[in-house]
Amino acid sequence: MLIKKPSDILPSEITPERIYRRRREFMRDSAALLAGGAMLPALALAQQGDALKAAAPSGLTRTPPAAWWQDKFEDIRPAPSEEPLYTAEALTPYQDVTRYNNFYEFGMDKSDPSNRSSAFRTDPWSIEISGEVAKPGNYHLEDILKPHALEERVYRLRCVEAWSMVIPWIGFPLADLIKQFEPTSRARYVEFETIIQSDTMPGVRSPFAIVDWPYREGLRMDEAMNELAFLAVGLYGSFLPAQNGAPIRLVVPWKYGFKSIKSIVRMNFRETQPNTTWNDLQANEYGFYANVNPEVHHPRWRQDMERRLPQTLFSRRVIPTRIFNGYGEQVAHLYRDMDLARYY
Amino acid sequence: MAQNPARTGWLKPAVFSTALLPLAWLIWRIAANDLGPDPVQELAISTGEWTLRFLLITLTLTPLRQLSGQVAFVRVRRMVGLFTLFYAAAHFVVWLSLLLGFRWYAIGEELLERPYISIGFLALLILIALGVTSPRAMVRRMGKNWKRLHRLIYLAAILAIVHLTWILRTDLSEAVLYGSILALLFGYRLWRRFGRFRKL
Repeated sequence: MLIKKPSDILPSEITPERIYRRRREFMRDSAALLAGGAMLPALALAQQGDALKAAAPSGLTRTPPAAWWQDKFEDIRPAPSEEPLYTAEALTPYQDVTRYNNFYEFGMDKSDPSNRSSAFRTDPWSIEISGEVAKPGNYHLEDILKPHALEERVYRLRCVEAWSMVIPWIGFPLADLIKQFEPTSRARYVEFETIIQSDTMPGVRSPFAIVDWPYREGLRMDEAMNELAFLAVGLYGSFLPAQNGAPIRLVVPWKYGFKSIKSIVRMNFRETQPNTTWNDLQANEYGFYANVNPEVHHPRWRQDMERRLPQTLFSRRVIPTRIFNGYGEQVAHLYRDMDLARYY
Repeated sequence: MAQNPARTGWLKPAVFSTALLPLAWLIWRIAANDLGPDPVQELAISTGEWTLRFLLITLTLTPLRQLSGQVAFVRVRRMVGLFTLFYAAAHFVVWLSLLLGFRWYAIGEELLERPYISIGFLALLILIALGVTSPRAMVRRMGKNWKRLHRLIYLAAILAIVHLTWILRTDLSEAVLYGSILALLFGYRLWRRFGRFRKL
């Protein structure tokens, strides 16, 4: 234990310039918002967002899915200032994170999820917990979230389509949730399922869809218990929009984006490796593990580089892709004796 | 072909400028920074879609002429065909320069290892061959062979649909739409060639 000599001013009392400026903007914006009779929840969010690495853009008025969400978001632990739970790389702006999405239940275009998901219902929401656990059951989301304090994490997200983003998520470790249900010694994998809400999901209704809905993903138990595996309920200090997987989604930053399943309604603990949607669809392209790996060839996209979004035609940032998306120190040991080219 | 310039003088300029509209729209979106966070991908998708649309329009002109008796449809056929090549070239250049950044080793790998890219490239080569042989002088010089060569457009159209289908990931709606139009155009030609005689 290090014992530090206290200085005259506590580090916590020094306001970094960035945050100081944001406060000024916030005060200016809130004056404008109040004058316009804007919604109070948005103000509250903007205010507590001051301490976070990234708050929702000023003026954003997102209503919580239900009243109890508001309390949950009152107190969020900001991300630390170092890797791996944080990265200093430039954040992908809110409007890009929320308008450029793969959520095929809403359509194939990147803009479909944000354009077509306004009717999506996230309240009431419950998650079915089943399989090798001491406490199976159907849990309301409020009860699931109750014991968990929310925290912020700034992760890289690498899509198998060779683009990437940096996103400030709000949520809590997946391991904490899993412990809550007390998995038995036979639980070696955890399987996740996305909701099917046919009336609000045009992609599910499409007669030419080749996906066997619901969307399914899975992790090996030791992957799920890794400190990086995260369940997100928000981003940029605010609730998740439908297109980003509201109300609760997985974030596994060392794997390709499709592993980070959205809008979860079921978690099943099992002894054998579960089937996963992309692996079922095209096994030679999408493996069960799907670890980000520039060395493993993909039939569709080059995996040695990635387009960091947002780009403009005149400033295109193409950066080399790193093994495990740069999180090797935390996760490489999980695959120590495995041939990553075979278990891709 | 006897032409009446007074009657058809407006036709080609009108078709020419209409065919430039997708390009103008793309340039406008580039200027307005309206291509979204992944503009390169958006340009690739958009130029690809317009290539396929122009290819299908080209194949629609002969049936339209036959069904309506209007010669105007075939008068603009070469121009529309050349616009197909134009958008295909734009599609290729976007891929080569913006997506791959002229990394030549990558280009070779992509062409050899990704079947959907090889197929698209083959379709482009066909379109280039047809474009190069499209001037009237070439038509005259090649005689019967010209027609034989230009039947390859049917192959290019099939390859383009395969190329598209291969890219689609979860839903085949788009391929079904364009594929049905192509099937209809093929069906019409088959019916004209074989079906009618049986009826007589």
